[in-house]
Amino acid sequence: MFDKDELKKTKTAKDKWGKEILQKSLVREKERKEIFTSISGTPIERLYTPLESASLDYNEEIGYPGQYPFTRGIQPTMYRGRFWTMRQYAGFGSAKESNERYRYLLNQGQTGLSVAFDLPTQAGYDSDHPLSMGEVGKVGVAIDYIGDMRVLFNKIPLDKVTTSMTINAPATVLLAMYLAVADEQGVSYDKLGGTVQNDILKEITVRGQYIYPPQPSMKLTVDLIEYCFKNVPRWNSISISGYHIREAGSTAAQEVAFTIADGIAYVQACIDRGLDVDAFAPRLSFFFNAFTNVVEEVAKFRAARRCWAKIMKERFGAKDPRSMMLRFHVQTGGVTLTAQQPLNNIIRVTLQAYAATLGGCQSLHTNSYDEALCLPTEQAVTVALRTQQIVAEESGAADTIDPLAGSYMVEALTNKIEAQIEEYLQKIDAMGGTLAAIEQAYIQKEIQQSAYRFQKEIESQERAYVGINKYTMEEPACTNLLKIDMKTGEMEAKKLREMRAKRDNTKWKKALEQLKQVSLANENVMPAVIEAVKAEATIGEICDIWREIYGEYKPKQFF
Amino acid sequence: MAKERKIRIVLAKPGLDGHDRGAKLLARIFMEAGMEVIYTGLRQTPEMIVATALQEDADVVGLSSLSGVHNYFFPKVMELLREKGMDDVLVVGGGIIPDEDAAQLKKAGIAEIFGPGTSTKEIVEFIQAHARQRS
Repeated sequence: MFDKDELKKTKTAKDKWGKEILQKSLVREKERKEIFTSISGTPIERLYTPLESASLDYNEEIGYPGQYPFTRGIQPTMYRGRFWTMRQYAGFGSAKESNERYRYLLNQGQTGLSVAFDLPTQAGYDSDHPLSMGEVGKVGVAIDYIGDMRVLFNKIPLDKVTTSMTINAPATVLLAMYLAVADEQGVSYDKLGGTVQNDILKEITVRGQYIYPPQPSMKLTVDLIEYCFKNVPRWNSISISGYHIREAGSTAAQEVAFTIADGIAYVQACIDRGLDVDAFAPRLSFFFNAFTNVVEEVAKFRAARRCWAKIMKERFGAKDPRSMMLRFHVQTGGVTLTAQQPLNNIIRVTLQAYAATLGGCQSLHTNSYDEALCLPTEQAVTVALRTQQIVAEESGAADTIDPLAGSYMVEALTNKIEAQIEEYLQKIDAMGGTLAAIEQAYIQKEIQQSAYRFQKEIESQERAYVGINKYTMEEPACTNLLKIDMKTGEMEAKKLREMRAKRDNTKWKKALEQLKQVSLANENVMPAVIEAVKAEATIGEICDIWREIYGEYKPKQFF
Repeated sequence: MAKERKIRIVLAKPGLDGHDRGAKLLARIFMEAGMEVIYTGLRQTPEMIVATALQEDADVVGLSSLSGVHNYFFPKVMELLREKGMDDVLVVGGGIIPDEDAAQLKKAGIAEIFGPGTSTKEIVEFIQAHARQRS
């Protein structure tokens, strides 16, 4: 990127500055610390100059937005065309209560929906299952059967919004319900836009909402991807997620490395199914975290884009540029929020949202400041959405593309993170691939080790955390927190009993039997799942069929 | 001279919550502090937790929940422990637990609730000071 003679001059000048100016200053006053590191543990230099990215080839490695290797962004105009999608993850209680919150958010200028399901739904249990006790409607909305989905999207035309659903192990079932509701609204599948998370590998490594062992889980994942690219062409059939990897304690580089490793496994599984890489890869999407260290996060997003583009082109031989674009959603870092002095979280979220947009995200969720205390209240959700709107409309971050490119530090860190990602990917390849690395708990242990290191740094005061180990103060107890009524569980269970008594049993039985046969024959289950949900089969009944066939996943414990 | 027995602690994740960063981190910290640690893993019912505590002869049960179900699960574990005559087992909890809920849980017999941002040193010291001592 820089002329050789110029670099030589820079080197000489830098050395001279070091001896004549810097040394004197250091003698007078030492720096605050011996070594500065980012929150990921990456050493941070005192000063970045052209020397740290001397070998970088601008046109080849940084390039232009909308063009390989997409370091600067995936679209030629980015936010000058339109802002990222502002998509707040929400859902609680019954379908009716969540529907009200969605319509409130849409009225406030939110541009896409993001459905949070409760844990029984995520784990494939009906609301009246013994393991659902206490959990119904708590961290998301309870969806048992198509009737709930119908209420969830009441008065929300599915061809007018895009919907993201955080659902993984039973993703086929929830997508089937959504498609069935689209049928009822008279919306054809080619008009549907949205995402299902459908990323089972990170459930197994870090998030915990798994049902079946890895192999059959992968089979269901690929069934959904295959069905979507043939029938729901605008649907993002997977959101390969680093968010939860970071939440579990990973560094920035580990977040991207393990996410891309998961991505490689999914792409390979689709190719093994016989799909052409350029047919399905344009619909793959990603999901990352954003922490408070703005420059490190921006470098991470840029490195991720460049790395994925190279992998798709070189490893998988993709030809269509859209297959090489890393499109991603960002959520600000839940784990960075403090229960202490919670209003400070608004500032953290602002920096994180700023990082996400400087990093070129396609959609963004900003966390609410009260989330270390409870589920977000309406006031906190509004502030979070306004934060995005201020970043979009007032900060200027949206007016030019990849504004931090060319910063000596940003380019050096982008290179460094990319190198760290590549090193991890080589190690994982040497172990026999992502599934093997997960089975050997390599990925899990690396993440846990980083979480441990971080905790030690906080407790030794090596790293400052405002309100936790520095600038602490006595506070009154928080009040006005959002409470979910324990009655939701009873109400959902009652509704379910009534539905089961009323539904057409012949139709229901036949649909479930058909699903079982298709599953045993190892065919794509999606069409049979759609028929089953239309016959009012519940999520628990459908998931039980596969529990019987595939068994349940039981991870080994280590710490 | 009889050596003091190590504190035995069962760490458990009740319900369907998958957030286990804190539980796993504490498992390692407790081990380094000289305790014997049994981590149950995810998706534990109160019955399973109490059965493990009984089987492992636990001195301490640590419950972790970040999904808002503490008001249901924590008292249930206390109740079952009492039924089994394990009244002298120290029960502590942690996670996303509002102050007013913590006060209620303490009334139900949970010795202490540790919220986000608590130092692990404080938790270790609390357990060492309050766990039953046996030789």
